[in-house]
Amino acid sequence: MAKAAGLGLEITELRLGFGSNGHNKKRVFSELVVKDENSSNESEELLRKSQPSENRVVGWPPIRSYRMKNVERKSNPVCSSSESAKSYVKISMDGAPFLRKIDLKSHKGYHDLGTTFKNLFNCDGGVLINCSDWSQYTAIYEDKDGDWMLVGDEPWEMFIESCKKLRIMKKAN
Amino acid sequence: MTYFPEEVLEHIFDFLSSHQDRNAVSMVCKSWFRVERWSRQRVFIGNCYAIRPERLVARFPRLRSLTLKGKPHFADFNLVPHDWGGFVQPWIEAMAKSCKELEELRLKRMVVSDESLELLSRSFPNFKSLVLVTCEGFTTAGLASVAANCRDLRELDLQENEVEDRKGHWLSCFPDTCTSLVSLNFACLKGEVNLGALERLVARCRNLRSLRVNGAVPMETLEKILARAPQLVDLGIGSYNHEPNSVAYTKFRNTILTCKSIKSLSGFLEVFPRCLPAIYPVCLSITSLNLSYAPGIRGPELVKLIRHCHKLQRLWILDAIADKGLEVVASTCKELRELRVFPSLFGAENAAVTEKGLVAISFGCPKLHSLLYFCHQMTNAALITVAKNCPHFSRFRLCILDPQKPDANTQQPLDEGFGAIVQSCRGLRRLSLSGLLTDQVFLYIGMYAEQLEMLSVAFAGETDKGMLYLLNGCKNLRKLEIRDSPFGDVALLMDVGKYETMRSLWMSSCNVTLAGCKTLAIKMPRLNVEIINEFNDMELEEEENFCDSQKVEKMYVYRTLDGPRQDAPNFVTRL
Repeated sequence: MAKAAGLGLEITELRLGFGSNGHNKKRVFSELVVKDENSSNESEELLRKSQPSENRVVGWPPIRSYRMKNVERKSNPVCSSSESAKSYVKISMDGAPFLRKIDLKSHKGYHDLGTTFKNLFNCDGGVLINCSDWSQYTAIYEDKDGDWMLVGDEPWEMFIESCKKLRIMKKAN
Repeated sequence: MTYFPEEVLEHIFDFLSSHQDRNAVSMVCKSWFRVERWSRQRVFIGNCYAIRPERLVARFPRLRSLTLKGKPHFADFNLVPHDWGGFVQPWIEAMAKSCKELEELRLKRMVVSDESLELLSRSFPNFKSLVLVTCEGFTTAGLASVAANCRDLRELDLQENEVEDRKGHWLSCFPDTCTSLVSLNFACLKGEVNLGALERLVARCRNLRSLRVNGAVPMETLEKILARAPQLVDLGIGSYNHEPNSVAYTKFRNTILTCKSIKSLSGFLEVFPRCLPAIYPVCLSITSLNLSYAPGIRGPELVKLIRHCHKLQRLWILDAIADKGLEVVASTCKELRELRVFPSLFGAENAAVTEKGLVAISFGCPKLHSLLYFCHQMTNAALITVAKNCPHFSRFRLCILDPQKPDANTQQPLDEGFGAIVQSCRGLRRLSLSGLLTDQVFLYIGMYAEQLEMLSVAFAGETDKGMLYLLNGCKNLRKLEIRDSPFGDVALLMDVGKYETMRSLWMSSCNVTLAGCKTLAIKMPRLNVEIINEFNDMELEEEENFCDSQKVEKMYVYRTLDGPRQDAPNFVTRL
């Protein structure tokens, strides 16, 4: 039978200052660690961060431990869009009558993307434009702030997060 | 008394559905006791240690439905050590011998092993319904036994259990001949399920009304299921994340329109908020919505969704909705009866709710009778307003996240606010207190809360008088749980007979000493007085430390017909 003492509960001096309890040994939320090392630790950590340090109390707020473990794990609302499987953006090319759409996330990097550009707007492929000299063009993208930026400056991972739209622009002479 | 044939008595007793009524009837005379006992089909046992299973089956041999609760409520918040007890095995063993007609088993806070589930599945040929709430100790292997062996299973409802996933295909264990399922809820399971098996199961169970899936069930599968089961009334969505312009989403959006019976929605365990519009048409007719496990839906998206829910009666939501969102609830959901607002557990900078949201709700939703509200602050003025607007509360649970936080405006204790609640809501049966509270609030509760059955107290009160006001006043009190409050032996021992009228008393981190507990145990032999002392082993060598005047860490007292239990672990001392 599991003996509570032997499970290495961290007994800290973290004091609460309420009531007239004389207990010196007060287990903090780390007793959750006993049950389920991984997930409880995370929820415990998050709860700790969300409460001012003077107010960390065992078993408080009174939320079922199941809920504590499961709401945390399924969160990350900020990431939900980036974690979706695909990230299609429109891509236009100056002179081409139609726009195309490509999945940024299915590319491994800028080189891969460049190959896709050529395939999309090349005479051999979609017959959208007759181009012999790609050096006349430069690729730019619209980021989350609405600014147009040169493709290639930032790391690939950052680029696919911030890129909303692509444009292959004819360079001004 | 005029002679009534027993068959007539039995027929009359059939009309008595409430447990209280049947209990009362059984005490009239021996003849009535006998008839009642042979005809009793449903039994509710609020504390599994109040009676031994053998006595239950001896008295009610024709039992068809049993509801059992195990651990004390505070076990939900990790205040009760893991192996405290609450095992269902002895109950199943006893019933397997003597109550073969068992059809339904409902368990809450109990330890359920795979062995128990296996025995259950093999012992009762008519078994129809298994409901497990906040239980633990079993794996998907146990579920597989139930699926495979319960030929006439109608309901398998797993709510918030800790289930170990053994990667077996338990869903595939439902035989092809199983067509009886009406309700299936496996939202709390973590692992993969066999999607094909699920689709086939749904297809052949034409009476399926309620289905709640887990996060492993993607939108594509959900769409196929809905196409097969447009008659669903209650739907729990698992994974809801696809790009709005994807094929899967488009199909789903069309298919769900064929489900015209959905009254209850929950889940959204994984969610991509831009897909929420697909369910707006469904929202128009739902009466119950649980988004408390969907932190991926942010405040504004929640509000947009709620605007469609005109018929909502029950709403469980995260505090991401914020006060402004609750104002929208107040103006949209005029039929609201039950509201639960849970705290988002990450980032205090996220929007939270305050007294303003609650006040708005009270103005907009006069039918509200059940509340669980986690908030950052509260005021007496707000509570007084709420009490005036909503006199029909039967359950009022307020949790201010900072313990002992006073009125946010006046810095006064919240005695007056809670006092107003108990004075106005004469039908109040359950109450949870929080914030800064003196003995005064207990005076009010004792004076006015005549119907109160369950009270939860934390970090409240100043002297023993507080607890005494409660014990003297609340005639219908059944469960009292107190933590971190300065009540001691004087309060505990003033009216020991009171505890035999109650199901249980829990006191932790209070001023009760070992001497007080021993006295209680000696005076009241029909109470079990359990001391939970987790540092017991460490202090075994220093026994003189644990003398009678030492304060007891956790005490659990409950009435019982069968004396101290035999299955208590080391750290539980029975006095």
